[in-house]
Amino acid sequence: MHHNIIVREVANLFFPIIILFGLYVQFHGDFGPGGGFQAGVIIAVGIILYALVHGLDKTRRLIPEKAVRIGMSLGVLLYAGVGVVTLLLGAEFLNYNVLVANPLTGQHLGIFLIELGVGITVATVMVMIFYAFAGRGQE
Amino acid sequence: MSWLVHYNYWIVIVLMMIGLYLVMARHILPRKIIGLNVFQTSVFVLFISMGAVNDASAPILAEGITQYANPLPHVLILTAIVVGVSTTSLALALIVRINEAYGTIDEERIHQIDEED
Amino acid sequence: MEHLPILQVVIPLVLAPLCLLLVRQAWLIALVGSVSSLVCATFLLAGILENGSSNYYVGGWEPPWGIALSLDIVGGFIVLLVSLIATLVVAWAHHSIEDEIRDDQVNLFWCMFMLCLTGSFGIVVTGDAFNIFVFLEVSSLSTYTMIALGKDRRALTASFQYLVMGTVGATFILIAVGLLYMMTGTLNMADLAERLPALRDTSTVRAAFAFLTVGVSLKIALFPLHQWLPNAYTFAPSAVTAFLAATATKVSLYVLLRFFYTVFGADFVFDELHVDYLLLPLSLLAIFIASTVAVYQEDLKRILAYSSVAQIGYLTLGIALANSKGLTATIVHMFNHGLIKGGLFLAVGGICLRLGSTRLSDLKGAGRAMPWTMGAIVIGGCSLIGIPLTVGFISKWYLIIAALEAQMWYIAVAIVIASMIAVAYVWRIVETLYFQEGETTFREVPLYMLLPTWILIVLLVWLGVDTDLTVGIAERAAQSLLGIQL
Repeated sequence: MHHNIIVREVANLFFPIIILFGLYVQFHGDFGPGGGFQAGVIIAVGIILYALVHGLDKTRRLIPEKAVRIGMSLGVLLYAGVGVVTLLLGAEFLNYNVLVANPLTGQHLGIFLIELGVGITVATVMVMIFYAFAGRGQE
Repeated sequence: MSWLVHYNYWIVIVLMMIGLYLVMARHILPRKIIGLNVFQTSVFVLFISMGAVNDASAPILAEGITQYANPLPHVLILTAIVVGVSTTSLALALIVRINEAYGTIDEERIHQIDEED
Repeated sequence: MEHLPILQVVIPLVLAPLCLLLVRQAWLIALVGSVSSLVCATFLLAGILENGSSNYYVGGWEPPWGIALSLDIVGGFIVLLVSLIATLVVAWAHHSIEDEIRDDQVNLFWCMFMLCLTGSFGIVVTGDAFNIFVFLEVSSLSTYTMIALGKDRRALTASFQYLVMGTVGATFILIAVGLLYMMTGTLNMADLAERLPALRDTSTVRAAFAFLTVGVSLKIALFPLHQWLPNAYTFAPSAVTAFLAATATKVSLYVLLRFFYTVFGADFVFDELHVDYLLLPLSLLAIFIASTVAVYQEDLKRILAYSSVAQIGYLTLGIALANSKGLTATIVHMFNHGLIKGGLFLAVGGICLRLGSTRLSDLKGAGRAMPWTMGAIVIGGCSLIGIPLTVGFISKWYLIIAALEAQMWYIAVAIVIASMIAVAYVWRIVETLYFQEGETTFREVPLYMLLPTWILIVLLVWLGVDTDLTVGIAERAAQSLLGIQL
């Protein structure tokens, strides 16, 4: 679809907006509807749209498969890591109260990090699934 | 018309039956997966409609609103949807590989090929 | 110490992404993970035996707000079984997996294995009904993937079939959880047990019970819902077969026990709904039909897979007898059958590595070439039949006592007859291995693969002679399961 100027330009216009909206959903998750799952999917949709218009090869150069794989692992590690840190601080798994001195700030920080982990994992896994299906038979 | 009061459950039942029928009766593999998705969706509808409260607003704190819908079923279903997406993508990946290995996605044809071996 | 229940789940969860990142060390990471969960499980069971049960509130949120983990003796027992088998399988599988799986997928396999372990532990330790569904899907999805990695292309269709049936089963469980939540407003299993007695006569609760039983039965592979099992066990990589055959159905059966005895209550299940009227004939059918089918199979893995279906019949038979002896027999047999099938499939995996085939026609006279591996198969087979001095005998002994206590002497007779059928299929294997002439030029498998196999085989005999340990735990477990609704 690279040669169709309207599709290309509209996609280029929307790509940053989609990513920005994804980030908004991600970071607004503490106060309103939103959170890691939805944000991850929205960001992945942005990347997939880019890949549909500009081709898989160009997207792969932009976001290498290796980076996606590392992102998948880091997201889960961030999630579990927060839990392990709370365990090490002597509280229950995912008891955010102990993360910082003030329990309320701790809850805020905890859920923020957890949702970030979820968001990273969901976005990268979605991109990975897309790469796996779209790239099948091309190698 | 009392049986229409709980129309959401009728929708759930109809969707569920359509889904299960597709899973059992179709022998083209992707259609089975579509059936599985419809089946799962019926359960999502069951949960989400369960969380509804008459005259209630979305479960977001706001001034002047006292009635909130029950958010817990929605949260559960968010998880179930993620599980459903994973299942679907894994199933489709399997279908792609089955197609590469057998050259067909028709279950009956696959059985034939297996028996010929 | 107090954090043991969650550590059981968190250790493999943390190590799974590490397997993905550190490609070359994946096997080592999996070994570390399974050994540390074995240590964790041992302390956990010891703690539970001392205190009776173990509760943990994730995030410090007490129920009904948060998710509680709660474990009784049966749970501790199953966690120990799963981690023991996992440790032995991982130690055994280094070479076997590299042989059967493409090089660039080996670390992905170990990642899946760790996730499967996470799911299995999660199902057992959680005290939350919805969590069971989530962990069940975590372990199932990784299982489908591992099965599909088998060499034969039929592994793909086997995995697909399992995926469709498994997902339908899991969704049934989800429906049941939804209906229960609708009626009680809680997902915590202890709360559910408290609130359900008042709602027993409603059709919603009964529908939930039906959905749950059918859904879990699909996962257990209870006859006639077992069609996914033989193909999945036959075509999966050897290490996966050993792990699945020893643990997967046991974990699902634990879910059934948990819901039957602690959530719904034995009096509701057996006295009011008479599930035993259905479970008893199905168990007997499973035992007889699957054993008979096993006699006519041409592939060693497939014989053992059908034998698994039959053994699941024994497990549910113990439940269907609806007395405490029967329940004890079921719990003992869960552990024993795990050991038997684990040992047998590890030995079969060794054959697979050396011969590249497990068809009986390729195994003629192999007993002379691989004496240790084949010896393991013979002792494991004896245990399957239920010959005295092996664990299989203990299980059947308790089942027969339970049948006589329930005044169903014909069940006892049926168990003895079914053992005769087991003799038939085990004898067929032994006859092929030792009394037929064939090519015997291959070598014995290396020591590090024999060692895990023989640890299980020695356990079979040891626990068959010294029964205090397993039966003692199982009796206490049965009493704690039955005691809750008193």
